[in-house]
Formats: sequence, C-alpha cells, structure tokens
Amino acid sequence: MSFVSANWGDIVHRALLHAWLAGLPLFLGLLISLPVGWLAQRSRVLRPFLVVGSGLLYTIPSLALFILMPLIIGTKILDPLNVIIAMTIYTIALLVRSVSDALAAVPADVRQAATAMGYTPARRFLAVDLPLAVPVLAAGLRVAAVSNVSIVSVASLVGISQLGFYLTDGYERTYGTEIGVGIVACVVLALIFDLTIVLLARVLTPWQRVNAA
Amino acid sequence: MITQVWQWLTSASSWEGSAGIGHRLLQHLEYSAITVLIASALAIPLGLWIGHTGRGRWMVTAANSLRAVPSLGLLFAVALWLGPKLHGNSAYVVPSIVVLVVLAIPPLLAGAYAGVAGVDPAARDAAHGMGMTEGQVLLQVEVPCALPLMLSGVRSATLQVIATATIASAVSLGGLGRFLIDGLALGEYNVMAGGAIVVALLALGVDTVLAALQAAVVSPGLSGGTSRFRGRRTRTDRGQPTASENEPGVVGVVAKG
Amino acid sequence: MKRTIGIAAAAAATALTLTACGGGSSPLSNSSSNSSTGAAPASKAPSTTISVGAANFPESQVLADLYAGALNAKGVKATTGDPIGAREVYLKALKDGSIDLVPEYMYSLLTFYDKTANQKDPQAIYNALKTKIPATQVLLNKSQAQDANSIAVTKATADKWHLKTIADLAKHSSQVTLAAPPEFKGRQQGLLGLQSDYHFTPKFIPLQGNAVVQALKNGQAQAANIFTTDPSIITDHFVLLQDPKHIFGSDNVVPLMNKAKATPQVTKILNAVQAKLTTANLGAMDKQVQVDHKDPQAVANQFLKDQGLS
Repeated sequence: MSFVSANWGDIVHRALLHAWLAGLPLFLGLLISLPVGWLAQRSRVLRPFLVVGSGLLYTIPSLALFILMPLIIGTKILDPLNVIIAMTIYTIALLVRSVSDALAAVPADVRQAATAMGYTPARRFLAVDLPLAVPVLAAGLRVAAVSNVSIVSVASLVGISQLGFYLTDGYERTYGTEIGVGIVACVVLALIFDLTIVLLARVLTPWQRVNAA
Repeated sequence: MITQVWQWLTSASSWEGSAGIGHRLLQHLEYSAITVLIASALAIPLGLWIGHTGRGRWMVTAANSLRAVPSLGLLFAVALWLGPKLHGNSAYVVPSIVVLVVLAIPPLLAGAYAGVAGVDPAARDAAHGMGMTEGQVLLQVEVPCALPLMLSGVRSATLQVIATATIASAVSLGGLGRFLIDGLALGEYNVMAGGAIVVALLALGVDTVLAALQAAVVSPGLSGGTSRFRGRRTRTDRGQPTASENEPGVVGVVAKG
Repeated sequence: MKRTIGIAAAAAATALTLTACGGGSSPLSNSSSNSSTGAAPASKAPSTTISVGAANFPESQVLADLYAGALNAKGVKATTGDPIGAREVYLKALKDGSIDLVPEYMYSLLTFYDKTANQKDPQAIYNALKTKIPATQVLLNKSQAQDANSIAVTKATADKWHLKTIADLAKHSSQVTLAAPPEFKGRQQGLLGLQSDYHFTPKFIPLQGNAVVQALKNGQAQAANIFTTDPSIITDHFVLLQDPKHIFGSDNVVPLMNKAKATPQVTKILNAVQAKLTTANLGAMDKQVQVDHKDPQAVANQFLKDQGLS
C-alpha cells in the first residue's frame, strides 16, 4: 500500500496515458470499421476478404508491431503514435466482423419499412441500421476495449510510458508489489472502459429498456 | 528493410541449429499444443457441465473477467513467484505454460458452455422422451450440437496461445518469441519482422487446419443452421456478461500478447 | 517513480477530451521526447529541453534521474522517460533525436563500435571512444565510477570447481548454464567474446534485470553476467571471475549527448555530477533501488542534495 500512496500521482498519470493509448484507437478503429464492416455486409464477394483479412491482422504479435511501426510509417522509435496506430489496427481486426454481424442482425422488415417511408440509403444507415446495431456493436467494442488495455501494457518493453511500466520495472527489480499494482491498475482501467461502453450502449438504445420492463 | 527480412527468412543459416527458425517453430508448436491440451482438459468438461446443469454460470463470467488481466503482468508475476521454487529450465517453462493455460481457459469455457446452453430445448426434451439418461443426453445430443461453438473456442484459444507465447519470451521462454525479444534487444529489426511473419503464418496455418477439422467433425445437420439461431440469441440473452460470447467469431476473442 | 516532469499529465488529461484528428502523439510526447510529429502546436516543448534516456536496467535509470535532476536544479529543463531498452535500441533513439542524452559505459560502448578494442587504461579507452562515436554526438567527462560487466558464479560453485578466472569456468562449459540479458548473445562483450577468447560455450538463458541475479541465486544458472556494482555480489556472496583476456573492461560512467544540446551550461552542470560519482556511491544508490525498492528519482534527488548539486 505504501507503494500506492508514494506513487499515487504517477499511477494516475500513467493510467491517463494508458487510457489514451487504448481508448483513442478504440474510437479510430470504430470509425474505420464502420464503413469496412458495412461494405463486408453489403457485398458477398468482398465479405470473406474483409472479415477474414482484417481478422488476420490480429495474429501479428503486438511487440513486433510496436517496434516495426517506425520502419513502416517513418516515426521516431519512442513515438507513442506507433502504439496508437498498432492498437487501431488490432481494434479494426476485432471490430470489422462485429460491425458486419451487427448490421446483418438488423431485421429485414425494419429496413424495408424505412425504405418505404422514403429514407435515403445514407439516412437509413444512420437513423435505422446503426442504432439497431448498437447492442452487437457494443459487445464487440467491449471485447476490443479489454483487449486493448491488456496489449498496451506490452509497450513498456519498448519504452512507451503507461501502466505496463510497473510490470516490467517490478520484474526487473524483483518487486512483486509493483507488478501487483500494475496488474490491478490495468484491470480497473479495463473495467472502467467496459462500464463506459455498457452505459453508452444503454443510453443509445432506450427501446431495449422498454422491452425489458 | 524488406530485402533484409527476406534474406533472413530464406537464408539456410537462420533455419539451422537450436536457435534457428526450424527449432524455434517446433518449440512454439510444442508449448502451444501442451497449453491448449491442458486448458481443454480443464475447461471443456467444466463448460459442458455448466451448460448441461445450468449451475455455476458465475464461473464463465469469472473466467471472462480474467481477460482484463494484462498477460504481460501475469507472466511476470507468476515467473517471479514460481521461478525460485523450480529447478533448471522448468523455472522458465512452467510459469509461462501456467499463464498461457490461464489465458486459454476463458474462450474454451465460454465455447463449451455456450454450445451446450444453446442447444434447442426441443432436441433435449426429445432425447429425454426417448428414454436417454442424462449422460446420454449430454454425450449424444448436446455435445454434437455444441461442437461448432466448442471448436470455435478451441480455435480462439489456440490463436491466443500462439500469439501470447511470443511475449512469454520476455520471461525467457523459447519459441518464436525469442526472435522478437532478442531481435529487440540487439536492434535487429529484420529478425523481429521475420519472426513476426513466421508467428503470423503459424497462427494462420494452425487455424486453417483447425477450421478444416471443425468442418469435418461437425454434424451435417448442424452446419448452416447454427449461425442463425446464434445471431438471435445474441440479442435476447441479456443475462450474459458479454452478449457477444455467443457469437461464433467472438467466442474467444482474446486478450492477446 | 514519477519519471516525467512538467505538464505531461495535464496535457494528457486535456488531450483525452479532444477528439482525434490524427495527431495522436502530441499529448504524450512530453514524457518521452521533446520532438513533435504532425499536429503538435508549434509553441510546445522549447528545443532547450533536454530529454534524458535510460537503458532497461535500474542503474541506468538512477543515472538518468541524476542528470535530469541536476539540470532541472540549475534551471535547465530536463525530462526522463521510461527505460528504452538495450544499447542497440537507445543509441537509435539518441540518433533519431527521441532523446538527447544517455548514461553510457566506456568500454562497453567502445566494444560496441569496435569489436577488436583491447585498451585497458580508462584514458586510452576514453580517447579511442571519442573517435568512434558519431560526429553529431559528444562525450562529456568520464567519472571515476565504474560498473563493468562480469561473469559471476556462486561461492559454492567457485569452491567446488576451484574457479578463479573465466578460463577455469570454460573447462566446465558443458555443465554451465549462463544467465544474461538477451543482447549478451550478440555482443563481443558477451557470448561472442566468451567463445572467441575463452572457447566458452555455455547454455544460455536470456533474462532481464534482476531476474539474472535471481537465476544465479536460485540455481537455474551456474554463471551469470552481473554488473560489478550489483548489490547482490555482497548480499549473496557471488564470486566475480577474473578476465585475463580482457573482454570486459574499464566501464567508467560517461554521459553521451547529442552535440546540438551540449551547451556550455549543460556540459558544466553534468560534469559537476560526473565529478562526484564514485563506484562506491553508485553501488550504494543501486542497492537502494534494487534491494530496498526505493524510487530511483527519490534516490537520485537525495544524492544531488547530499553532494550539493541541487
């Protein structure tokens, strides 16, 4: 406990960095996955390529992606951008399938009704398909969020500041307490992400609460 | 850079010897196989039992929450704790395997549980009506019906283990992760990139084999119909910790390394 | 443990509320570098800030905190980041400007550039090193403090096999597992040198930081690459083997800097720290960080205060 009190400011600071490194890619990944997943759901020909292809990105080891990013995009080796982009890639890998499944789960009769009411395709996508897809989408986001928080900690092996520092530093100093603090902080951060997504999904889908009542 | 990676991947010298790609690949497969076997032996029977009896569902939830634990931290913690108690090489292999097993359990458990829990109650009732015992219902009806999801769980767990085994090299495990950790330490980025490519190809190859296996063993009566009812359950099954656990593609999506 | 100084936390907090437009790096770059990529505002991080890097072992972090602490105390803004990695990696970071300054060890750095180096005298090593480093970099004064690499065994092993030198240990090559950081495998001051100079080809366990010490202590390794300042040598009664072939050598601590940042003021402040460092007080600081688990920055600041450097 004395470790926590002695380092409280640093823990909070690292948690914020960690949240940024895991959270921004979640947002960017969702933005990119929406059109890609939509395309996958629309096109039978493209679907296997997009869904399987994006899923394959997840098999690239994270440590390698962090290190190799500067060689691919020309950043400096300690640039947090390397982590942001790598995490965005992993988020896309997880979300394209979710988006495609979520859109596929929108009942056809609802979609037809919207078309009959004169919705343009774009407006229908935003006003009908997307809101109805929120529950499945949120489920995918929750998985991605928890995964992101865990993977970001690996970046401590390459000198990017976040909570993972306590893991590597604790190991290198044979200091179990420090590792424990790092693990707990990561878990708490993952739970906060998870809770936030659940709450957001609830706010965005008021009809679900009506059904439940 | 690309030519250097290619040179490394294709030169005979990088494949030979105890630190060569060939040996590291076999090591990686060996660790992964041991891990998935141990984890399956633990998680699949448990998942089947939970799905069949409906009891102990909290265990699935609890296992799922394990995914929030950072793999790297778990590795360091277990290595620090178990290491001094073990001798020789096992001091580095055993902690890694323990952590990989822990990480492989959630998708396996969720797959087996969701598979059995998702069996059409009518099929179960019919089996009871035909006079089957509980054991027969489980083995002859529920398990075959649960197979697609169970095997999805195995696939996810395997992919996750193959990916996470690479960071276990930070606590001295052999396998392909050595190319990443040693390549990083020595600033040999072509080795890292080459190693990453081999890991990704290995994951792809193993997954293809498992997918073929899945297609071969799943009852023809099930293939095709399953994804539809699963999609429906996803939206109605509100008691689940993560609704998507019932989605085939997400059963085991992973907290990877 | 607070390894960043200044406004990074506030910047990160502010940035969290912004939505992304591709400039993802800007809120973080304070903590690890003063460079900016893309969208960062021009006013941020004046180029006078010195970003001090560290290798991934505790002593290097203490030294980085010493240098940064001394600079800050004299009004030169300096920041430290998280440990970067081994020499092979942090020298790249120095070269690409991610960091401006890193604590180095003379003979290790010299053999990194010149595998055939065999100078014994610290001044000869220092002079040779000056000619080997890139033209954009500069060495500040060397300190008396030395922390060399070494091969250590437990007292029990030394007694059992009557070991005095690495050559004695090499006779038991087939029975020896050696623990060392992963980079040891590819270095002249490592397996390469042990093989070429001693025909010593042990089994190798790659480990990081104190895990190397633990492996020797717990018997998973019979020999280990341990720094001569490591507190475990005293606490665990390790025996350091002599090195007649001189593959390890006089590793005086020396700051390696990008020339552009080495103003007379900065040089003067850092050389004052160098003048106060000794092998003994460096070892004492290592003990506080590694054994007593004190915060490296707190240990560094205490030293600066005690020595009248802050």
